[in-house]
Amino acid sequence: MSESLATVSYIGATILFILSLGGLSNPESSRRGNLYGMIGMTIAVLATIFGPRVTMAGIPWIIGAMAVGGTVGIYAARKVQMTQMPELVALMHSLVGLAACLVGFANYIDPLAAAHLNSAEKAIHEMEIYIGILIGAITFSGSIIAFGKLSGKIGGKPLLLPARHWMNLMGLLIIIYCGWQFLHSASVSAGMVPLIVMTVIALLFGIHMVMAIGGADMPVVVSMLNSYSGWAAAATGFMLSNDLLIVTGALVGSSGAILSYIMCRAMNRNFISVIAGGFGTGGGTPAAASGDAQPVGEAVPVNAVETAELLREARNVIIVPGYGMAVAQAQHTVYEITKLLREKGINVRFGIHPVAGRMPGHMNVLLAEAKVPYDIVFEMDELNEDFPNTDVAMVIGANDIVNPAAQDDPNSPIAGMPVLEVWKAKTSIVMKRSMASGYAGVDNPLFYKENNRMLFGDAKKMLDEVLTALKT
Amino acid sequence: MTLMIGIPREIAPGEKRVATVPEVVEKLIKLGFKVAVESGAGDAANFGDDTYRAAGAEIIDGAAKLWAASDIVFKVCVPTSAEVDLMREGGTLIGFIWPAQNPELMQQLAAKKATVLAIDSLPRQLSRAQKMDALTSQAGVAGYRAVIEAANAFGRFFNGQITAAGKVPPAKVFIAGAGVAGLAAIGTAAGLGAIVRANDTRAEVADQVKSLGGEFVKVEYEEEGGGGGGYAKVMSEGFQQAQREMYAKQAKEVDIIITTALIPGKPAPKLITAEMVKSMKPGSVIVDMAAERGGNCELTEPGQAVVKHGVTIVGYTDLNSRLAKQSSTLYGTNLFRLCEELCKTKDGIINVNMDDDAIRGLTVIKEGNISWPPPAPKLSAAPAKPAAAKPVAAPAKGHGKGGAPASGTKTAIIFGVAAAMFWFIGASAPAAFLGHFTVFVLACFVGYMVVWNVTPALHTPLMSVTNAISSIIAIGALVQIAPPLMGGGGPRPDDWIRWLAVAGIALTAVNMFGGFAVTQRMLAMFRK
Repeated sequence: MSESLATVSYIGATILFILSLGGLSNPESSRRGNLYGMIGMTIAVLATIFGPRVTMAGIPWIIGAMAVGGTVGIYAARKVQMTQMPELVALMHSLVGLAACLVGFANYIDPLAAAHLNSAEKAIHEMEIYIGILIGAITFSGSIIAFGKLSGKIGGKPLLLPARHWMNLMGLLIIIYCGWQFLHSASVSAGMVPLIVMTVIALLFGIHMVMAIGGADMPVVVSMLNSYSGWAAAATGFMLSNDLLIVTGALVGSSGAILSYIMCRAMNRNFISVIAGGFGTGGGTPAAASGDAQPVGEAVPVNAVETAELLREARNVIIVPGYGMAVAQAQHTVYEITKLLREKGINVRFGIHPVAGRMPGHMNVLLAEAKVPYDIVFEMDELNEDFPNTDVAMVIGANDIVNPAAQDDPNSPIAGMPVLEVWKAKTSIVMKRSMASGYAGVDNPLFYKENNRMLFGDAKKMLDEVLTALKT
Repeated sequence: MTLMIGIPREIAPGEKRVATVPEVVEKLIKLGFKVAVESGAGDAANFGDDTYRAAGAEIIDGAAKLWAASDIVFKVCVPTSAEVDLMREGGTLIGFIWPAQNPELMQQLAAKKATVLAIDSLPRQLSRAQKMDALTSQAGVAGYRAVIEAANAFGRFFNGQITAAGKVPPAKVFIAGAGVAGLAAIGTAAGLGAIVRANDTRAEVADQVKSLGGEFVKVEYEEEGGGGGGYAKVMSEGFQQAQREMYAKQAKEVDIIITTALIPGKPAPKLITAEMVKSMKPGSVIVDMAAERGGNCELTEPGQAVVKHGVTIVGYTDLNSRLAKQSSTLYGTNLFRLCEELCKTKDGIINVNMDDDAIRGLTVIKEGNISWPPPAPKLSAAPAKPAAAKPVAAPAKGHGKGGAPASGTKTAIIFGVAAAMFWFIGASAPAAFLGHFTVFVLACFVGYMVVWNVTPALHTPLMSVTNAISSIIAIGALVQIAPPLMGGGGPRPDDWIRWLAVAGIALTAVNMFGGFAVTQRMLAMFRK
């Protein structure tokens, strides 16, 4: 295959990738979108393998590596439970980061890569290697930590080291210094030292960055790492002068950045402050600040039978799921209840907060897994105004996203965050394991509202009981 | 020793309610109490002795035996002196007492060393107390019944209709006083299809009126009418003048007037004069819910429905008894909630805890000592000013529309920084790099445009597909594994590079296959 033919194939692959992302914009075209992605990837890989830059000697290696990796990947994809999706995605981001590092190092020690470059070009090329490895390493270690946090192997609480901003700044200065050393190194072996020092610091930086982020900010982190893995690919593209890599990396990078932005806006938080530190500490307003504004009143507990009664007598019901539903694996029971209520002619809908769960769109995936039709699943903006006409709003394992303090209490750490206004429904039922506060560590005045009822217990167990009560 | 709760038959003439119902008896027994019901107590409210028996209550013949057997007596109406005589020494009585109006009764009860909880003395402003608020529950029932009585006496439909036999205009209903009874009346009348207007001296109830489908009619005069604790107070002369004018105007326009205006401890204000009644259309109806306290209308005759100047004036004082089953159920539940508070241990023994604000307010006599009126509750009753800082949350914008346009200076700064960066790159970078850079910048924009329109429901699949696509980095590893020899650059550490590249390919392959496969799996689940 000639150089031109390979380039044309790359253009084709690029177009397919763009179509793929575009296809994901709505559920009807999404499956085709994924197919475009697969075709694009196949074309790109085949065009490279049979292109002028790979000789026959490499083919067995490639097939071997692909077979091993592909088997592992497909096995993981088949086995993963939908509630573990965030972990899987985070883990996969780390692979991209690691691959970017490996490719960077390989490229650096390869004398062919820079053989025909003049000095200015060589400097740029080395800078590209340096930046590519930097981003790759941060993505790798950050994603590993994110994976640990999401899978519960590492505690969700933000780890806030003293003087952490200074530590970050120090790291950055060392990285810049090493970069300068690296560019001015005479030989490959001389350049290796600053390169490895930088890699270690970047790894530590990635760990530190994600460790400092609280569980509630996980959706932002996951999409941010997604963005980083894209930028790592783009940097690799510059290094190899490969437009396909640049374009694809930029697509992935910008899409991840936009998702992060959407998530931040949904929490009314500044992107920088999410990255810089744990929830509720960014603006210097500790959660205890609302001490004198303790909600008054008492929470009224109900049992499953009474909940079933309330649901049966309602005409409009909105269900607001949160991370608790995912933890308890309750989505199937939720759908059973939904089905039963809809058969009785009750209008049941789902209200999804953009940051419900631990990754963007987490709740939608879980509900889809439980076969909830997507046309009764609505975004916050679409149905927030309908709460006053709703008889029962059922909150399953969510807390901060339905906290009225975000609107009423300007001193609340979550003030200004858009929330689902469940308290405007005639009755709201909150399913929770205890009265504990959510990830933001803020007390929730909703629990003490007169028209609110608390259904304590594990979401799955309580919903099963509600379902049984509904059936009788 | 578990206590016995006794439910006597109500002996006041016309009273059909009963202090508890079978459904509640079961719950009381679960709290550990025993329950005794006087034979025939629930008959007027359609609860037969058998239903009480089935719920676990004991049926006792005759009031004397019942009172003697009971440790705690639940009453609806204020007990008569004869009833108090029957009461056991040191017993407990729960019901309506109105201590301010019945001083002799209070003395008599105190002499009996009784503990008396007057449900009418509940500190209603405590949100915790609302579940026990019998005044509210009974007023709600009365408000509903008032509309039904009005409809009964009114000669037309409530709702407007266009039929083959001609057009029927909707009835216009005016409700004076939007307390609990008034609000219940508004909801009921609106539900029947009438045009509902309402007025109250407390301006803050306007929203509640609207929420129930009524229209709030304002008095054109500036004065705040909240008298504390959610009750109204007496208004100034100037206000009353303006109010009379408004009522006179409404009387001419509407078909039905329901008045609920009461001021605590005072006779009901005379809102509707004889003149106003005369000005109403023949066939109109007035339901005066304040009849017991003298009536809001000058022509009201308490306990009667009379026709004067062609207007039916309903002055029934027993609206609750006319809906005895419902009233009794709600009242019984209120008392049950009170028992829950009294008996937190669920062992059938009550503890009248005078440190509890709600219980303190209710308890008018404790073991023979009159403890009424209670000190002001510790908790300030002043209703918190409606949150000064109203929601600041800006309405979130739909995706794709972008945010509000950034301010001019901000935009200028962004453009300035971008221009400087581009200049720097243009000045120092070689041409080959610029070609790639162009592609990079344009691709960022394409990504931005494409991704903005993704529905939030698909964020997770989008992430996993972009993750799969980012394994395009495999190409970087592929081209290193065995490049054609081009010479130059010294010896090539082939093995090192090959192993690095193989590892890279394997890692990205996990991602590539895994990412697409998992996306496929997720998308297959999305269905209509």
